[in-house]
Amino acid sequence: MAKEIERAGIPVAHICSIITISQTVGANRIVPAVAIPHPLGNPRLPPEEEKELRRNLLKKAFAALQTPIQEQTVFS
Amino acid sequence: MSYARPHAGVHPVTHHWRKITVRDLEFSSATRVENGKLLIDKGELTALLRSDPNIKDVKLAIARPGESVRIIPVKDVIEPRLSRIPDYPIFPGVLSAWDPDAGGILSGEIVSLCGMVVTTVGSIVGFQEGLIDMSGPGARYSLFSGKHHLVLDISVKEGMERHEHEKTVRLAGFKASDYIARSSLDGPLSGGSRETLINPIDPGFHGSEKSAGRKGKPKIAYLYMLQSQGLLHDTYYCGVDVKKMLPRRIVPTEVLFGAIVSGNCVSACDKNTTYHHQNNPILLELLRRHGTDWDFVGCVITNENVTLGDKQQSSTLAAELIASLFPDGVIVSKEGFGNPDADLMMNCSKIEAQGIKTVLLTDEFAGQAGASQSLVDGHPKADAIVSTGNANEVIVLPPMEKVIGDDRVITELAGGSSKCRLPDGSVAIELQALIGSTNQLGFERMSSRFK
Amino acid sequence: MGDASRNREYRIVHYVNQFFGGVGGEEKANCEPFTIQGPQGPGRLLEKLFREEKADVEIVATVVCGDSYFAENQENVLRELIPVIREYHPDLVVAGPAFNAGRYGMACGAICSSLQPLGIPAITAMYKENPGLDPYRKTVLIVESANIVSGMEEAIRKMVRLGIKILRGEEIEFPKAEGCFEQGIRKNYFHAEPAVGRAIAMLLRKINGDPFETEYPIPFFDRVDPQPAIADLKGITVALVTSGGIVPTGNPDHIESSSASKYGKYPLEGLETLNSRTHQSAHGGYDNTYANDDPNRVLPIDMMRELEKELGFKPHPWYYATVGNGTSVDNAQKFAKEIAVEMIRDGVQAVILTST
Repeated sequence: MAKEIERAGIPVAHICSIITISQTVGANRIVPAVAIPHPLGNPRLPPEEEKELRRNLLKKAFAALQTPIQEQTVFS
Repeated sequence: MSYARPHAGVHPVTHHWRKITVRDLEFSSATRVENGKLLIDKGELTALLRSDPNIKDVKLAIARPGESVRIIPVKDVIEPRLSRIPDYPIFPGVLSAWDPDAGGILSGEIVSLCGMVVTTVGSIVGFQEGLIDMSGPGARYSLFSGKHHLVLDISVKEGMERHEHEKTVRLAGFKASDYIARSSLDGPLSGGSRETLINPIDPGFHGSEKSAGRKGKPKIAYLYMLQSQGLLHDTYYCGVDVKKMLPRRIVPTEVLFGAIVSGNCVSACDKNTTYHHQNNPILLELLRRHGTDWDFVGCVITNENVTLGDKQQSSTLAAELIASLFPDGVIVSKEGFGNPDADLMMNCSKIEAQGIKTVLLTDEFAGQAGASQSLVDGHPKADAIVSTGNANEVIVLPPMEKVIGDDRVITELAGGSSKCRLPDGSVAIELQALIGSTNQLGFERMSSRFK
Repeated sequence: MGDASRNREYRIVHYVNQFFGGVGGEEKANCEPFTIQGPQGPGRLLEKLFREEKADVEIVATVVCGDSYFAENQENVLRELIPVIREYHPDLVVAGPAFNAGRYGMACGAICSSLQPLGIPAITAMYKENPGLDPYRKTVLIVESANIVSGMEEAIRKMVRLGIKILRGEEIEFPKAEGCFEQGIRKNYFHAEPAVGRAIAMLLRKINGDPFETEYPIPFFDRVDPQPAIADLKGITVALVTSGGIVPTGNPDHIESSSASKYGKYPLEGLETLNSRTHQSAHGGYDNTYANDDPNRVLPIDMMRELEKELGFKPHPWYYATVGNGTSVDNAQKFAKEIAVEMIRDGVQAVILTST
């Protein structure tokens, strides 16, 4: 889906757990997430830490959107 | 590591497999096999299962091949077996404590009740249980339409948390199978067939034939991938949750004893029921012609976890373990679909990087029109694939006279949809919802090709 | 026009371009569509060869359109021609053969693929390099022809043979066997041998260095050039899309837990966070306990609201959700294309996509 949205002209940051799939299918700005059942969370952390984790992942996504790239890039 | 524990010299672990086939199933006064029929004491079995306080009610039903019956929503299918080895139980680690590496796997006899299976159904826990049709167009997609089923329809007490609910139903199936096996297969047996399976010897074991090799015969190994992604997506090896394990070798005939059991429902078409594990045709075929057509060097089991780090770690370790067996080629079977395609490709590429050839067994999710990309991941080294069919293909199933379980859930099953019911009572549903239809251990004949 | 055929069993409508319609060459490529009663040009050979094969066929009409006119006015031409064709109640529509003519091939493909959903079988023929092949091969039966007109008779013969099967209601299971291009579609079938035997046999051949054929060739994945980076986030409209299936409680659009046939568009207006009362996961491919307990773990609304104040971007008041579980790549592409069109119309300038 990331590829099609980008093809239409909108930059996309893709937060996903299995980046190899994203790499194969072609998204350009990839941000590795935590895990499949909770990509932007971690139920094993106390709530405040979990929110901090989520905020940092999102900030990485925003940073990716603001980074010029020539090819597929993983922002870890 | 599971390994052979010889008594004198080097003896491979050997299991004698006795198969007693039953041709019918009936409720009766005592559980036993009589004249080729399995008779079941309903009261005794129900009481046994209800001794678990989590179970509110159990309804037992029988389904026979050819009947106009639909069993839904199916959780697991299990073949009753009895171990005749005193210290080696069935479902080791599940119904009783067991450590596969403490004493080693012992040789001896195992008996199975063939022709019938225990099938668990019950109120839906998740989205991806499935159905079995005993006749009609759906029946040809799975071997289960040819079995006699003792169906356990299990209701749990109110307010149970989903993980507990799943576990309760899972264990009930094993307990029921164990009860049937003990009640009907203990004591002297008449008839049936017998097969002896001899396991490969661990190549690291002193005196093994690793370096010698059997002249001219190709050396084949097997990488057995197991689903391990959480609730309704789990598998257990000797009672241990496979997602918490690292890849390891097993003695191939351990599967006969139920060393690998299913807690997996995803999706009905390509999840391995416990029956599938107990009868893994890849292991059986590799064992049967071991020493004649090839040299079967061993089997490694591995998981399909939900983080990239775990996938990378498991695939690296699995490839190294496989390489330590010095095979010429490896069969790799996958379980499930979607992100496990990534595990499959990692396993394939890392094994091929060692100069070892791979063949992969996988199904496809190519969309209902078959026009879409079948796998979510790929690798140039994945050049030898056996396809077990496109799970998205739609089939129209006629209404059945009898439903065991609850068929209102059909629209919720993966492969169903709110629009799948047709005016005449049929359902247009994807093969995804049929238990075992695209099984990736190679049981069935369905495949897919370009048209 | 439209009256029942006098004495023939099957009615056929034939589509041709300006050249085969007898109007003229390239200089007449912008001629507007019109209809001729009965066969015209190659249609005469078509009718003759059908009858030679004992199929009682009449070409009741020939529809003609200039290749350039069609290409430049496709929507309007189809809107005009499809009802015209339907009025003739054809049992089969034949378009072309288009050989290697690109605009002609595209027109034939478009006409055939528009008729099929209406229950009117339609076939065409073209050369393997015709640009009209790839866009339409999956949905339309396209006979393989030579690249020049001297291959006319052979192409027509193949179309006749295929046409007869269709007229008789036979299912075309494997197009290649009927002289058509492979459609590139996966079709299930029952092999003589179970997969276990096929896998071991394939491995033995591979080990031995013998030739083998994979049952599924891994496709090639195309790449899209990255969009330029956003210079400054202040005031930029950012939208959220998720394939993790986070939907309002009750899943009002009934997005399927697997093989999703649709996506949803849901409001974010006034929402500072998500919780288990307001939202749930409809995705059946993962343990969704954690997502149901706190949907922000898949669709991070809580942190988006915080970062909104910090980074100054404008949050788009709608998010899009589908279930990426066994969803065919084609569907995912289709959803994304539609979503993108809408987002562009609504002024969205950047997207964060979350997947499980």
